[in-house]
Amino acid sequence: MIAIVDYGVGNLFSLKSSLMAIGADGVVTADPEVLHSSDRILLPGVGAFGDAADKLRASGLAQVVVDEANAGKPVLGICLGMQMLFDRSFEYGEHAGLGLIPGEIRPIDEVIPAGYKIPHIGWNALDFGGKQSPLFRYIHDGDFVYFVHSYYAAKCDEHVIATAEYGAPLTAAVARDNVFGCQFHPEKSGTVGLNILKAFCEETR
Amino acid sequence: MITKRIIPCLDVRDGRVVKGVNFQGLSDVSSPVELARYYSENGADELVFYDITASAEGRRLFTDILCEAARTVFIPLTVGGGINTVDDFDRVLKCGADKVSVNSGAIRDPSLVREAAKRYGDQCVVLSVDVKRVDGAFRVFARGGRDDTGMEAIGWIRRCVADGAGEVVVNSIDTDGVRGGFDHEMLAAVCDAVSVPVIASGGAGCAEDFVKLFRALPRVDAGLAASIFHFGEVRIRDLKQLLAKADIPVRLEGEYHHD
Repeated sequence: MIAIVDYGVGNLFSLKSSLMAIGADGVVTADPEVLHSSDRILLPGVGAFGDAADKLRASGLAQVVVDEANAGKPVLGICLGMQMLFDRSFEYGEHAGLGLIPGEIRPIDEVIPAGYKIPHIGWNALDFGGKQSPLFRYIHDGDFVYFVHSYYAAKCDEHVIATAEYGAPLTAAVARDNVFGCQFHPEKSGTVGLNILKAFCEETR
Repeated sequence: MITKRIIPCLDVRDGRVVKGVNFQGLSDVSSPVELARYYSENGADELVFYDITASAEGRRLFTDILCEAARTVFIPLTVGGGINTVDDFDRVLKCGADKVSVNSGAIRDPSLVREAAKRYGDQCVVLSVDVKRVDGAFRVFARGGRDDTGMEAIGWIRRCVADGAGEVVVNSIDTDGVRGGFDHEMLAAVCDAVSVPVIASGGAGCAEDFVKLFRALPRVDAGLAASIFHFGEVRIRDLKQLLAKADIPVRLEGEYHHD
């Protein structure tokens, strides 16, 4: 069973549906016990980092996610959920993340040239940069996925498993042992996205 | 590199797609769910569901159908039509929509864009605007292009983007239905005015019109059309190969992407 962490941020309908489409058992939950008994954890998120991080902490689930990840359970953060895996974010001030992956979240306008629109929105190609992650075992270097974001993960080179070119290489996906993150939306990235979720659903501790 | 998006728009009335013909492998051409699945499997980058229902009963049907489509289609879904309040945003987002497009609703209540962006984020709010030239000026029309609001279009678009609209769909009434190509002059004016993604709508008559659009206006992010796709005149897969040949970045998937 895959626990989809429900902490009152965003719409989990598509994520749950996409798991159903690949035959996985996704449960939307805010119950620490369910997170504990799950085989894998999906951490979604949309909106602003500070607000979402506050809600995740207030729900008491932040520590549960950290404990489960540290115990070796596969965790996948999606979009803002990926950003929250990091140490901190500089979106409207400075906010602490879960600290599961070293690095920080910074505005993309610091690295992309003038004239590029913000947010980075639409379909962009993944560049594996020579890395081979189990998360991508069913897809190919150069496959397209759907992005919507204005901030990106920086100072985490060691853990980057894919980038997307947008005037600069932006962090598209990260991995550190059993903890994974996608800046893009696999649940909105067609067959490629479903194949990424399928690979994650086969990860075991 | 970010790709140019091709977006079919499905007009839905009383739970059925309004116009369309039979595609191979599609048993019910007026089923929004089947058509959505067909497009998503055949290269569409995003889908727009436009609710043109007037009755409350039709609206309920639309919402049910949206849920069903979102359960089987895993590309971004935008919903428009009948969006007048933040509650309307809530209604369609709960059914799996990713973005919500506002048009007349934003004209009636100018705080709608700001309120919705505050609650759901800029990326969720799409401003759709019907524009027509009146005495040489671009003017905003409401109610499906029937009423001249008297408002100047570029100023209106700027204002809505400042309020938090994350994308703009520009539908040129002047070129809509003429099938002579997109309204390059109008689109250029909008691209000059805002820095958010701009989606061209109105006027596509053939695949070459998309090539001309993205060649002439590299700042346009996407092309939206309904009838040329629904009537099978242009297949999205063919259109994308044509664009790729013209060196316009597009997402190619499946049989002709992998070795």
